[in-house]
Amino acid sequence: MSSLPVNRQTALPGFQESDNTAENPGVRAPLVLNMDRFGQVTRQVCQVAESKKPPFAWYAAFTISLGLVGLLGFCVNYLIFTGVGVWGLNNPVMWAFDITNFVFWVGIGHAGTLISAILFLFRQKWRTGINRFAEAMTIFAVICAGLFPGIHVGRVWLAYWLFPIPNQMEMWPQFRSPLLWDVFAVGTYFTVSFVFWFVGMVPDLATLRDRATGRIQQFAYGLFALGWRGSNRHWHRYERAYLLLAALSTPLVLSVHSVVSFDFAVSQVPGWHTTIFPPYFVAGAIFSGFAMVVTLAVPARQLFGLKDLITLRHLDNMNKIILVTGCMVGYAYSMEFFIAWYSGAVYERFAFINRAFGQYWWAYWIMVSCNVITPQLFWFKSIRTSIPIMFALCLVVNIGMWFERFVIIVTSLANDFLPTSWDFFTPTWVDMGTMLGAFGLFGILFLLFCRYLPMIAIAEVKATMPQADPHWSGYAAHDDHGHAGGSAQPSFASPDALRSPGSGPDGGPSAP
Amino acid sequence: MTTLSPIPSPVVQGNQIPRKRLYGIMAEFHDPAALMAAADKVRMAGFRWWDCHTPFPVHGLDQAMGIKRTILPVLVFGAGMTGTMIGFCLQAFTNAASFSIWALVWVTGYPFLISGKPLISLPAFIPVMFELTILFSALSAVGIMFLFNGLPRWNHPLLANKRFLRVTDDRFFIVIESRDPRFFASRTEQFLKDLGAKAVEMVEA
Repeated sequence: MSSLPVNRQTALPGFQESDNTAENPGVRAPLVLNMDRFGQVTRQVCQVAESKKPPFAWYAAFTISLGLVGLLGFCVNYLIFTGVGVWGLNNPVMWAFDITNFVFWVGIGHAGTLISAILFLFRQKWRTGINRFAEAMTIFAVICAGLFPGIHVGRVWLAYWLFPIPNQMEMWPQFRSPLLWDVFAVGTYFTVSFVFWFVGMVPDLATLRDRATGRIQQFAYGLFALGWRGSNRHWHRYERAYLLLAALSTPLVLSVHSVVSFDFAVSQVPGWHTTIFPPYFVAGAIFSGFAMVVTLAVPARQLFGLKDLITLRHLDNMNKIILVTGCMVGYAYSMEFFIAWYSGAVYERFAFINRAFGQYWWAYWIMVSCNVITPQLFWFKSIRTSIPIMFALCLVVNIGMWFERFVIIVTSLANDFLPTSWDFFTPTWVDMGTMLGAFGLFGILFLLFCRYLPMIAIAEVKATMPQADPHWSGYAAHDDHGHAGGSAQPSFASPDALRSPGSGPDGGPSAP
Repeated sequence: MTTLSPIPSPVVQGNQIPRKRLYGIMAEFHDPAALMAAADKVRMAGFRWWDCHTPFPVHGLDQAMGIKRTILPVLVFGAGMTGTMIGFCLQAFTNAASFSIWALVWVTGYPFLISGKPLISLPAFIPVMFELTILFSALSAVGIMFLFNGLPRWNHPLLANKRFLRVTDDRFFIVIESRDPRFFASRTEQFLKDLGAKAVEMVEA
């Protein structure tokens, strides 16, 4: 099988890249560069977990994250021991940074599931390079997301009221409330994402187990590898289960952000009560999630030497998805405005004019410039394939998507029906500290994952290599290649041999 | 103290006198094509207790080995439907029933009457029913898959074999187990060698 030319290009000194983004419909573009043996892929991925020490930048990032987690711990404890009044919430703005962060983090997670499930169903082989750490990102993002509603309930020790647990009051949750749907949606999402991630990782944990030299590593990887031994009878059921998980995760991921949007859409607050919310939230979630994947992938591949597995083509593809979903988000913004005018509802019209020109006008225009205008630059291939520019643009998108949730939540609440009850939300230092701290929590989990677990799905990447095709005959000629009609041992191919295999003239097995 | 009579040593087949019990014979291949061709022949030879071991799922190997399609999806469908029913019953009982049932403790339903809406508000119950369907299906898909695969199993004769360590890296193996009725140590060994294996090795149990 011939392959497309791979050109070397240098964007910046020290940023040597192999460009495999050339398109030729007749030839599959290479997804694994500079490697033609399975063992090379194994080594490339495993060296990260097997190296004695991670790079210096890892320690630096870990230290910063640890500091932020300390800040988070302090802020959360301060909140629990004092009360939610330490946040800048007021009446009517009863949801602000907490729910903004919740929606932001849940949204981040969606790209991971999109990559692992939807791209799997669409047979997009390039997903194999990025799916593992995108799924890890999903799980850690959902952990960060779960933190916020957990602490925002105020009396944290009563958080079990969220679940249908028999209690002394003989009371049950109200199942007609979207907030309760959220508990089930996010809970299921976390569980299924975690299972999906873990199941995908079992064969790679077995790789690490088989390569481990230290007793601790052998034990730890061995424990979680569950005794995987690559049996094809196992692979058969494993692939079925994996396909089922992908098929189940696809509607799940769409339902989760739809349910999150119901938290708003099912209420009657102007600016929230719109039917466009579910698809709009899902598109926004995928948009922000992919931006986060690129934000994480760029330094990770640089730092851990994974440029041959997470190639420029992977990044280019992700930037295209960011462009598409960015356009969807832009369409949703304009359609919201149009429908607000077209509906003739006074409050709805006011809510949207107020968003763009009211007291939070700056937040609205940050949102529009970051989410609608910025991704349009990805129309240019030179920008899609430039590492520093895509990194910067994706950071901008992340910021924009945080502001989108802030705009939706805060502007609608601050100025609702009755002007006498309007108020202005200003975050306190606890709000800020909790928000930053969540990034620390995410960072720490992600850095530990990069250090100790297989960051790339080794088995899946190998399966996408041309060498994995049983019909590939590259580095050696196989005389015995071919099904049933092999000339080496014709006796086994004939119907007679099938009936009485023991009678083969060449020492075949016979029943004892 | 009574002494038991010594356990008779197992009847040894052929000229091989294994010190330990034999688990099977393992043949190593270096690429999927060779493995596929060999797997085809092992199946043709009529073996039943045998398996291929690969670092990644090899496309078409299921057919070459003659593996029947797993019934996993049917069971997962059943589990998913169970989830749907549990989701409905949970909500109908807790939000619409006024009787008690015994579920480890006595629990009583609570008819939530809100804004005159019907007690069994099916549209409002759908999100939770849906999520529980997915939850039950996904967990059962994974659980049943591992159950059928006999995993987790941390001790296995193959895992103790040095050569077998590379199965998760870049080597492909065919293992014929000694419990196969057609297994006959010396002949099976020769058979595997003739298949073009790069190495053939006895695996102790």
